[in-house]
Amino acid sequence: MTETPTAPLNGVLEPQSLGALVRSLSGRGYRVIGPLLRDGAIVYDDLSSADDLPAGWTEVQDAATYRLERRDDEARFGYSVGPHSWKRFLLPADVRLWQAQRRDGGPPEIVEEPPPDEPFAFIGVRSCDLHAIAVQDRVFLEGAYVDRDYAARRGSAFLVAVNCGTPGGTCFCASMGTGPRAESGYDLALTEILEGGHRFLVEAGSERGAEVLADLDAREAGSDDIEAALHVSHEAAHRMGRRLETDGLRDLLARNVEHPRFTEVAERCLTCGNCTLVCPTCFCTSVDDVNVLGGDAAERRRRWDSCFSVGYSYIHGGSVRPSARGRYRQWLTHKFGTWIDQFGTSGCVGCGRCITWCPVGIDVTEELAAIRVADGEVDHAHA
Amino acid sequence: MRTLDQVVTEFPFFAGMEPEHLELIAGCAKNVRFQAGERLAREGHPADTFYVVRRGRVALEMFVPPRGPITIETVEPGDTVGWSWLFPPYLWHFDARAVELVRAVAFDGACLRGKLESDPVLGYELLSRFAQLLIERLNATRLQLLDVYGHRPRV
Amino acid sequence: MSMAIAPASEPLYVAGAMTPEPFRVLRKRRETADTWTLELEPVGGEPVVPAPGQFTMLYAFGVGEVPISSSGDPAGDGLLVHTVRAVGAVTEAICRTKPGGILGVRGPFGTSWPVEEACGCDLVIVAGGIGLAPLRPALYQALADRNAYGAVVLLVGARTPGDLLYAKELEHWRGRFDLDVAVTVDNAGGGWHGRVGVVPKFVAGASFDPESAIALVCGPEIMIRYTVAALLERGVAKERIYISLERSMKCGLGHCGHCQLGPVLVCRDGPVFRLDDVEPLLKVREL
Repeated sequence: MTETPTAPLNGVLEPQSLGALVRSLSGRGYRVIGPLLRDGAIVYDDLSSADDLPAGWTEVQDAATYRLERRDDEARFGYSVGPHSWKRFLLPADVRLWQAQRRDGGPPEIVEEPPPDEPFAFIGVRSCDLHAIAVQDRVFLEGAYVDRDYAARRGSAFLVAVNCGTPGGTCFCASMGTGPRAESGYDLALTEILEGGHRFLVEAGSERGAEVLADLDAREAGSDDIEAALHVSHEAAHRMGRRLETDGLRDLLARNVEHPRFTEVAERCLTCGNCTLVCPTCFCTSVDDVNVLGGDAAERRRRWDSCFSVGYSYIHGGSVRPSARGRYRQWLTHKFGTWIDQFGTSGCVGCGRCITWCPVGIDVTEELAAIRVADGEVDHAHA
Repeated sequence: MRTLDQVVTEFPFFAGMEPEHLELIAGCAKNVRFQAGERLAREGHPADTFYVVRRGRVALEMFVPPRGPITIETVEPGDTVGWSWLFPPYLWHFDARAVELVRAVAFDGACLRGKLESDPVLGYELLSRFAQLLIERLNATRLQLLDVYGHRPRV
Repeated sequence: MSMAIAPASEPLYVAGAMTPEPFRVLRKRRETADTWTLELEPVGGEPVVPAPGQFTMLYAFGVGEVPISSSGDPAGDGLLVHTVRAVGAVTEAICRTKPGGILGVRGPFGTSWPVEEACGCDLVIVAGGIGLAPLRPALYQALADRNAYGAVVLLVGARTPGDLLYAKELEHWRGRFDLDVAVTVDNAGGGWHGRVGVVPKFVAGASFDPESAIALVCGPEIMIRYTVAALLERGVAKERIYISLERSMKCGLGHCGHCQLGPVLVCRDGPVFRLDDVEPLLKVREL
């Protein structure tokens, strides 16, 4: 019996070698997705090579604010997260579940959509997004029923995490305990080091990660490389754009359902649902049963839905939550409170996207702090 | 064989009242009987009586053209029919009809009205009991008005 | 928080829980002007036997899917029975389906009435309108083991006499000596010699011991509220009252998020709830 040499668990890559990473993954049959510049933002889409990465770019983010800015270096990952999250690929916005064909005298023939057979490799998964994926795993994989479309996409996905060096203006992962350093749940993790020579510490988090690492031209990591990488994360943790006190948050929300703050927010909230679109953990979907061409064929599709739409809570006779106040409260209290009752974790990973992409700049950290400061107040006009 | 006095004393409706008041009320009472279909009260007619049902069921009806008489409430044994005798113009607001054989105790409202004027304590005791009855009826009526089992037609 | 990576090899190919099983309508009975009871048998597949209180997702080809409670006898002949009120496009399509027609079924889902747990107690069943349908299986189950219970009381409310479900069965139940049945309607024309009035009124006078009773309540949410108030006034403890709630449902699996009521998912933690678990939630408007 020959003993196979154990694959290296970490290494250091030069920036030029990132191309080899992309090639190794696509050579193994993965569809490689990563960050690139498009439409004035950094989005996640197909990477044909490492040259597609937005080298030398960063984002300036704040409430209702997003713009790109040039850096004075060539950092490949010198930004945080844009409007896309990985749920775009793991829980696509529109999926056909099955097709049915009516037959004379018999039951319709139902053909389930085959599971997607295109494995993804995600390059640039931030720690907040790693946690977000785990949050959605709880919903779709760890309940009484497994969503097979999600399971298939998730099961084959190769995750290359990136440890943030440039946190964004709306980031608060440190408060949520979800970053900035990825601890587990990845196949490979990259930390971009800019001081003392532009390089990447690569760490394997799984066997297949180690196998890919072995493909690359990585030199051995020295203790100074590891220290420099830890330093990047340590610095990032102190440059968060926002903070949030999470102590007792679930109970705080549970006892403040009639707080006047919800009435105030409702005057600003457009119920546009942007927050639910950009949030990496929002998972609500709806089902459309549609007739196809004349009535003999039908199909069922699953599409993203948002608790901000009036029809979301519709049962015969009307919607349970007709007002903006009711719908904003549903979203906030679910995300930070009742999610814990339903699935055992918080629904928020502190990525800050909802703050950035809210057109009127509603800031969840501000709203929650305001409720905490006035704990116990009741809006009697609406209660 | 219980006397009418004893029967009146035992009605839950009068529970907690002073013996001398109960005696007074019993003095205005008499046993009555209605065959199935017979009317106890007619909408718009003078209301000088109220009843406490001992046996059988009484339907409170309103006449709704063109539908005819609609039963809006039924009164079961132990319940009271009639409060219109308490307030001017002392006219019944609905019909009351025996659904089956009904035995009840009828109370002379005209006679009682005089006694309420002269004895404020008796007045308070009776009025508060009738007020409680009206509150219950009002709440029930509101629930019926909401038509909770109906469904709003789709727009 | 530790995260496990799903194994990279095989995708988890579990049976499509979003795919309906075809069922054939065997019999159809009209209950009222807008309500029908359908008896369904599987076309070639396994029978579906919901526990009392559970529901299935019922699909009308090309139209859509709705959650409908089972209304049949759990110890019956294996047919799936649903009483459906036509209030929208999907339920209208379901009610239009003739015997021989095909509907899709997913499930059963949800929690059930605590009929077995109520053994040894008085059982009080209070049904308003279409709420009698999800309660009928509980009554069947209790009557099948009648000696296990103390008093069994059935209170039924409906809009008018013409809106009473299971009229023939109600008569039959009323004729039993070991079952106390009271029926009341909101209003009635001539010819109705029964009670007229709201259901909560009859809770006060019904024959059961509040300290040993288990109450099962189903109907429009406002009727549930008032009935619960009457039961509490009568001295029945909150932990001994069970209600059935409904919310918008798209999946029945706990995946779509629509049926949330605060911390609970009605498809998974309900639709049958113990009152003390949900009472504070029902008091919050638009929760």
